[in-house]
Amino acid sequence: MRVFVLIISAALTVALSGTAQAFCGFYVAKADTSLFNRASQVVLVRDGNRTVLTMANDFEGDVKDFAVVIPVPTFIERGQINVADKTLIDHLDAYTSPRLVEYFDPDPCMRYEMDMAGALKSSMPRSSREMERRAKADGVTIEASYTVGEYDILILSAKESDGLIKWLDESGYKIPKGASKVVGSYLKQDMRFFVAKVNLEAQQKAGYSYLRPLQVAFESRKFMLPIRLGTLNAKGEQELYVYALTRTGRVETTNYRTVKLPSDTEVPEFVKTEFSDFYRSMFEKQVQEQNRRAVFIEYAWDMAWCDPCAADPLSADELRKLGVFWTGEANRSTKGQAQNVFVTRLHLRYDKEHFPEDLLFQETGDRQNFQGRYVVRHAFKGEATCDLTNYEAQLRERHEREAQQLANLTGWDIDDIREKIPLIADTQAGQPKPWWKALWD
Amino acid sequence: MNAIAQVFNRLKDPRYYQIAVLSSLVIFGVVGLDFGIRWSNAILIVASALSVQYLGTKLTKLTRFDPLSPLITSLSLTLLFRTDMAALAMLAACMAIGSKFLIRVNGKHVFNPANFAIVTLMLASNHAWISSGQWGNAAIGAFALACLGFIVLTRARRSETTITFLIAYATLMFGRALWLGDPLSIPLHQMQNGALLIFAFFMISDPKTTPDARIGRVIYAAFVASVAYLIQFVLYEPSAPVLALIVCAPVVPAVDALFRGQNYRWDQPKGLQKDLSKNMPKGVYQ
Repeated sequence: MRVFVLIISAALTVALSGTAQAFCGFYVAKADTSLFNRASQVVLVRDGNRTVLTMANDFEGDVKDFAVVIPVPTFIERGQINVADKTLIDHLDAYTSPRLVEYFDPDPCMRYEMDMAGALKSSMPRSSREMERRAKADGVTIEASYTVGEYDILILSAKESDGLIKWLDESGYKIPKGASKVVGSYLKQDMRFFVAKVNLEAQQKAGYSYLRPLQVAFESRKFMLPIRLGTLNAKGEQELYVYALTRTGRVETTNYRTVKLPSDTEVPEFVKTEFSDFYRSMFEKQVQEQNRRAVFIEYAWDMAWCDPCAADPLSADELRKLGVFWTGEANRSTKGQAQNVFVTRLHLRYDKEHFPEDLLFQETGDRQNFQGRYVVRHAFKGEATCDLTNYEAQLRERHEREAQQLANLTGWDIDDIREKIPLIADTQAGQPKPWWKALWD
Repeated sequence: MNAIAQVFNRLKDPRYYQIAVLSSLVIFGVVGLDFGIRWSNAILIVASALSVQYLGTKLTKLTRFDPLSPLITSLSLTLLFRTDMAALAMLAACMAIGSKFLIRVNGKHVFNPANFAIVTLMLASNHAWISSGQWGNAAIGAFALACLGFIVLTRARRSETTITFLIAYATLMFGRALWLGDPLSIPLHQMQNGALLIFAFFMISDPKTTPDARIGRVIYAAFVASVAYLIQFVLYEPSAPVLALIVCAPVVPAVDALFRGQNYRWDQPKGLQKDLSKNMPKGVYQ
């Protein structure tokens, strides 16, 4: 069968969010700027007890107001923190994005076989000595302070949450309400805190106009992501994308349901132009169906390949920069695709009510590939050299089926969908309207 | 008339209810939750478990082949054990039933068969795991599970193991939340876990591998809950209760030595157990 494949990937940052993004910590504004976090992207590399976190940040606002507090399970040295290139996460996002695949019907009058495929991708301002003095008074220990890239980083430990909160407050950080309790809970669990704010001088020198992702590497038995702080200053629900890179197989949450999104469904042609809307509606409907308590798998794949590819797999070099430490020296010299890396893209919409607990993960042995894939089949538009009655009848049936599938997936009104499908809309236009249509309109 | 009485007597065996409940959970899991149970694995597990039980029955010269216990073990394995390799599913079933015949102290098998197989394979292979989060936390679902399980237990008349375990575990969870200053929605969320309830009602409750005396069972259940807590919050391992049970199982003979009680028999009404136990081989049914 003659098939043209065209892929539109829902590169999430463009299509799905559009609002300010945040880390899994909470933002602390230095001025009274109203900040809130809505979405964040985290790359979670894990093998054994070794973890590398990369946290992408699409902070929209004046960078001088930016500061973030992130809980980490262990003490972090200078060398364990790094600033990564944003393109790494963008590439990972594009590679794992849910995709729309396009097929073209062959000429119903011809019988030949030919393959042709083309892929198209869519696209703090006080002196440190004073801070330390006050820190001691509040029972807060600044265990270390570093400048990494454009960030000033402080590693804090404290005996009591009140001291830490007071210290942050006095240091000019604006703390969201309710933070004290959560911070207290983390402190009792032996977590450290790491505060990152932008060093304006360093930022100007580096010449970046945006904030690059922060990376932190540590060893801990805890395979988790702290999300509780993130819910504090968020207005309503937030989006979180977790890209887990592991050696063995798929990653899932152990304290929430991990659910695969519906996939491989045929949808009407017009979805091609409304793919972002389609995806948003579909995702929201799935969230509702799972009582807002599930984590969704959008992609689970062996990093060595893809089919169809929304973007090329990441190179061994890119993976190493993201923290994949086990690909080792052998792969460093050889160009080509990385082996032994399995990527799981998890997407969740969370708030305090439905996700009260931090996310706990486990790696499974499941290497079965999964992708969010939606299919558009274009009708044959060429000149007909034979009677098309049969083909058109089939087409009408197919369009109706696609309309219903789309309504099921998105919760959109079936009549609105039908109106956007010319073949069905035309047929309906030819028929008299039902008598009750005009009654109350 | 006699035949009807016989059938009726048979149905007193709580394992029929247990099989019914576990089967409906499997169906609910597959149809309602779609959480990755492979039918082929389920069939392999049942077939292997029954075969090993048959073989064991012949080799140990038991009077009759009992399909109920291996069936229950198979269903538990189907519900809790996940693997992407069919061979591992078969191996799990063989190990589970095999352990019943091979690892015995004082005429009782030491490990709950399904528990033994799941933990051993999980530790030995990357291809075996438990999907403890996959039941979701829907409170109503959890409640339904709990009630269904409870019916099974009261038929088995050994419900104190489950009740003690759940109370002890909940106390630890809520206590921890109070100590940390966490909202109570967190321990509540931790308790509303389908896998935890399946464990409490269908695994730790196994009368064949818990102490014979009531007081022994209460102490044992509280002990398992404490070990599970440590595994979860000190070692940060998922599926802590399942791991805790295998760690604690070797304590049972010691508890039995301290508190003497009656070995449990599935197929006899309570009052008759003592007299008949002389004629029947002990403790080979789950």
